[in-house]
Amino acid sequence: MMTGYIHGEIETTAGLFPRIETQWNRSDYWGAIKTRWSVGRMKYRVAPGIYAVGDPDRNSRVFVTGNYKLSFDHLRRALTGMNGWILVIDTKGINVWCAAGKGTFSTKEIVRRIRIHHLEQVVDHRKIIVPQLGATGVAAHEVKKMTGFTVIYGPVLAEDIKAFIDAGLKATEAMRHVTFPLVERVKLIPVDIFYGKYYMLIVPLVFLILSGLYPGGYSVDLALISGGKSAINLFSGYFAGCVLTPALLPWIPFRRFSAKGVVTGWFVALLLLLAGTLGLTLTEKVSWFLMMGALSSFMAMNFTGSSTYTSLSGVQKEMKTALPAQIAMASLGFMGWIITKFVSI
Amino acid sequence: MNGLVYLTDVVTLVLDRSKCSGCRMCMEVCPHAVFGIEHKKAVILHKDFCMECGACAKNCKEGAITVKSGVGCAAGIINGILRGTEPTCDCGSTGNCC
Ligand code: SF4
Ligand code: SF4
Repeated sequence: MMTGYIHGEIETTAGLFPRIETQWNRSDYWGAIKTRWSVGRMKYRVAPGIYAVGDPDRNSRVFVTGNYKLSFDHLRRALTGMNGWILVIDTKGINVWCAAGKGTFSTKEIVRRIRIHHLEQVVDHRKIIVPQLGATGVAAHEVKKMTGFTVIYGPVLAEDIKAFIDAGLKATEAMRHVTFPLVERVKLIPVDIFYGKYYMLIVPLVFLILSGLYPGGYSVDLALISGGKSAINLFSGYFAGCVLTPALLPWIPFRRFSAKGVVTGWFVALLLLLAGTLGLTLTEKVSWFLMMGALSSFMAMNFTGSSTYTSLSGVQKEMKTALPAQIAMASLGFMGWIITKFVSI
Repeated sequence: MNGLVYLTDVVTLVLDRSKCSGCRMCMEVCPHAVFGIEHKKAVILHKDFCMECGACAKNCKEGAITVKSGVGCAAGIINGILRGTEPTCDCGSTGNCC
């Protein structure tokens, strides 16, 4: 495979290793954008192995990362102007945090890669710098016992690596902690939007078809007009759950994501109500509040997967009540909406 | 912490101080500043900040920490319910979803 980031090789007593660029080129940037929007993500991998940055020697530092190309790209960019080695382990193309949770960024894989690539012959020292977020899958003391290499946990963000090294491999409190600022939340929105994929085409279509029903029979014109409105309502509810909720997360009341989702869903429904397009009758309006609230709530709850502070126990507790409530709201709303097709209340 | 705290009093994190050697490893690996050190031993300072990632338990060589770790992800839990397994994330090789 042609890889733009490799330029030349470096010869050591342990063999030849590819030397890599630290600057991103156009295809790296393009790739980063595409992965955000989940296009061709599956193939975004780097071959596991040892890579050289700058002009490293036997005393240069060793940085470990997974083989998801974005992780690798962030690391090499952070090492600009330095000499060092990168040990890429096989995480099946998944980023470090998720791979550590799934067990592919693991003690076993680090040990295996150190052995396969004979890291002990490449450097004289016995230290490897592992991203802190990998700690979920790695037991530092076991790596030490099995290979002699001491694991030093680097900062959470690759961009802090320079400061971390300059401070003598010490991370400040801030470098150790995961925050969840607006930019990060917004970056994750595309993933959520695509969660619903086909459903977001099928469900509005079902509404569109059903919209043609009226007491006297079926009307295609009615289907298009009233169905179009339904589609707008549905998309708005979806948007409230997977765009508004993540973006405004800290400012929306309630701790539960599902409750936050109801808030944004109803907020959007209220706007449509004021605009006069939500529905014609009271029952229809109430029905839409129920359905949009449920949809937004469900999508918001899904964002727990992308958030960086929700615990399994917490999400389980939340879902126990939220999921039945969402189903109840959605079914009730749907029934109400169907009824308005036949009785004008 | 950015002011983001999830539900309170649900976390399964437990620290056995009698086993602790005070090595500070748990403080190093925790992404949410849950631990501190008092009298040369670890203490849990902010239990509700814990996201149950399991990094501390994994890296405590004295085995002083236990936590039921897993992905705090609704989609993963639904996956688990549908298949009758533990919560599992199965998003193929996608990058951001766990
Ligand atoms: S890692 Fe374990 S032994 Fe070390 S300070 Fe934390 S609890 Fe104590
Ligand atoms: S499980 Fe993770 S978040 Fe919780 S205390 Fe341990 S390292 Fe910190």
